[in-house]
Amino acid sequence: MQDFWVSLILTLDATLRVSTPLLFAALAGLFSERSGIVDIGLEGKMLVGAFAAATVASVSGSVWLGLLMAIVASVCFALLHGFACITHRGNQVVSGVAINILASGLTVVLGLAWFHQGGSTPALTNDQRFTAITLPFAEQVADVPFIGLLYSELLSGHNILVYLAFALVPLSWWVLYRTRFGLRLRAVGENPKAVDTAGISVASLRYRAVIIAGVLCGFAGAYLATAQNAQFIRDMTAGQGFMALAALIFAKWRPWPILFACLLFGFLDAVAVRLQGVTLPGIGLVPVQLIEALPYLLTVILLAGFIGKANPPKAIGVPYVKER
Amino acid sequence: MTACALELIGISKRFGLVKANQDISLCVPSGTIHGIIGENGAGKSTLMSIIYGFYQADSGEIRIQGQTVKIHDSKQAIALGIGMVHQHFMLVDEFTALENIMLGAEGGALLHEGEQRVRQRLAELSRLYGLEVPLDIPVNQLAVGVQQRIEILKTLYREARILILDEPTGVLTPQEADDLFKILRTLKADGVTILLITHKLREIMAITDQVSVMRQGQMVAHRETAATSMPELAELMVGRKIRQSVDRHEQTAGQVLLNVRDLTVRDKQGIPRVNQVSLQVAAGEIVGIAGVSGNGQSELLQALAGILPFNEGEINFAGQKLTPQQPVNAARMRELGLAHVPEDRHRMGLVLPFAAYQSSILGYQRVGKYNHGLTLNDPAIRTEYTDRAEQFDIRPRDPFLGSNNFSGGNQQKIVLAREIGADPQLLLVGQPTRGVDIGAIEFIHQHIMDMRNEGKGILLVSVELDEIMTLSDRILVMCGGVITGEVSREQANEQILGLLMANALDPNNQQGHSA
Repeated sequence: MQDFWVSLILTLDATLRVSTPLLFAALAGLFSERSGIVDIGLEGKMLVGAFAAATVASVSGSVWLGLLMAIVASVCFALLHGFACITHRGNQVVSGVAINILASGLTVVLGLAWFHQGGSTPALTNDQRFTAITLPFAEQVADVPFIGLLYSELLSGHNILVYLAFALVPLSWWVLYRTRFGLRLRAVGENPKAVDTAGISVASLRYRAVIIAGVLCGFAGAYLATAQNAQFIRDMTAGQGFMALAALIFAKWRPWPILFACLLFGFLDAVAVRLQGVTLPGIGLVPVQLIEALPYLLTVILLAGFIGKANPPKAIGVPYVKER
Repeated sequence: MTACALELIGISKRFGLVKANQDISLCVPSGTIHGIIGENGAGKSTLMSIIYGFYQADSGEIRIQGQTVKIHDSKQAIALGIGMVHQHFMLVDEFTALENIMLGAEGGALLHEGEQRVRQRLAELSRLYGLEVPLDIPVNQLAVGVQQRIEILKTLYREARILILDEPTGVLTPQEADDLFKILRTLKADGVTILLITHKLREIMAITDQVSVMRQGQMVAHRETAATSMPELAELMVGRKIRQSVDRHEQTAGQVLLNVRDLTVRDKQGIPRVNQVSLQVAAGEIVGIAGVSGNGQSELLQALAGILPFNEGEINFAGQKLTPQQPVNAARMRELGLAHVPEDRHRMGLVLPFAAYQSSILGYQRVGKYNHGLTLNDPAIRTEYTDRAEQFDIRPRDPFLGSNNFSGGNQQKIVLAREIGADPQLLLVGQPTRGVDIGAIEFIHQHIMDMRNEGKGILLVSVELDEIMTLSDRILVMCGGVITGEVSREQANEQILGLLMANALDPNNQQGHSA
């Protein structure tokens, strides 16, 4: 029993760590898509964020400067997306795909040119990374049965970005549903013409939304390179941007369900890791690939009709043109 | 002379080749209801969009309460006290009335800061003008009339003193329209200046103080409503006397072109939509099919055109006998000499994103003269389209303009020009003038009549009794998928047709089906 409890806590602990970048990216997608701009480029923005964070942290030695540059780089890419989709009314999917390809190529080219390590950045030392924070009394209560482990392992001992990601969920909800900006953002994703006739600039609102998406993707990237890992590795996002997009759709573009979707996907990932090499009686070696594919399978199957209709923002993907 | 709340001086606006507004001047006195009337595509909506800051005029001047202003966007228009209720409502469907009204006038960065004030002010406004709306239900669950009241409240909450309503009654029931007029009169009594854009003469006569008439982008007349009449306004709108009848030659029908026997069309559930219908159309006659919409006329028309398969009976046309066992498609029917102007020109008559000249050969794209071997002969198609546009007065003439950029009447002319231009023996026409303005109606009627005068056969389906009675030589009435009676041109009047449409009269007693 104790063993099971320990391994459950450890799995959940890993779940939180794996869910964090998904959460940042999914919330980024939430802001962008709620304003009516499809964001396929989450993956690319995370990747440039990760690269900028690792590079700057390793050169300057400051993890915070790394985070800042991750945000700057990611926002630049977000603005590129905005320029194509909002100012020039381009196809949002095409622009997003272009951003992913650009990010994937650019990070490797710059990495090779600057560090000559096959596209990776030098390994970061611990003071160039976000390290675990021990919550007060975590040491003292660690030995209390059940509760102690819950507090010291699961709640304590994460880096600051993990706590930030989870705090962003209620914050995003509050911004979307309780502020003027949120009301306008939701309106522009549903009916931009109504927003325009109300005397509000559609373009400015959408630009603000994609910038927020850029900032959040910057956090996600910095987390990957300077918290979860200790260097940038080529294509290290490995589809997590798309996973976040799946979580966003799965959650029907709402903040709280996004939290649960990200936790579910993170949990499946954590289980897959724990089951690696484990032989279950009667089944044999667990096929890890199957579990890793589960989030995607779930999204496809559930979207196919098991969780009801996904109701995307009505104006999503449609460039706003004043018509005659 | 009262001061102008809104004054326009020499406003012009063009979109590409289209002159939407030319040198328009207008003075709307304070605290009056001013009607602007014109056919579809006369430039009324463009003019209003200019006043509301949606477009900028190419030249001209706008004065509000005597002050010259430049209106660059809607925000400025709102600040100047202009409110607009658009033809298609500018509401976010998922939002409540309260959220929709607050949007753009929230009263603080946090919603709760302004909410109480908004509720209070709305309660006052509702009391003042009798504009009751539920504030906390998503607007997509509310009736159209209620949504319109929300739109009016939106403008009043923003302290609008000049209210523009663009075709406000188009979507309303007669009762809702009466309620709207009551509200407008209350607003007028309170000193609000109202501009009413419409193409319905009855509304102009009922509620306005003055009326201005637009035609082809120009302001052609200003009148005091009390000093004008519906015929005068109608004449001003179309620019010439409206003839009440079309040019009909007296002639007797020739040989039978189309002979339908016991035709039955069932829907997917197996319910007969067209039930044992027999009819004939001869050369040189127009056979009208009257009936309340949805009584099988559409299915009949589509079955005859080869679009919808039929289940029983036979169709004899051009020496061919068609049965359910030997069905044909629409392309084959065209080759046999049958042309079809479908009821729904948007869905079936045109490909909306296509340029006009491309839409003008739909269904005839295989005809030799349009082709160069494998490729289409674009210059030939355009030349022919240009001739037809001239002949049918399709405006604007530009062959490259997208089909969706034409007004309803001109779209219908594109379809009609195509089908008549193919020189068929038999023409099927469904609702030829639905959503078409007065000037074009007369034009379209004359073209259909000309075909008859030339000895072609025409089967006309329409829900407009006037249209049926103006054009038809014989009138068949459908109700519940059955032909309930046949009336000759001379016998026909609205009363007898109305009774047949309700299947309450059966003069020939041939069909014998009960209602």
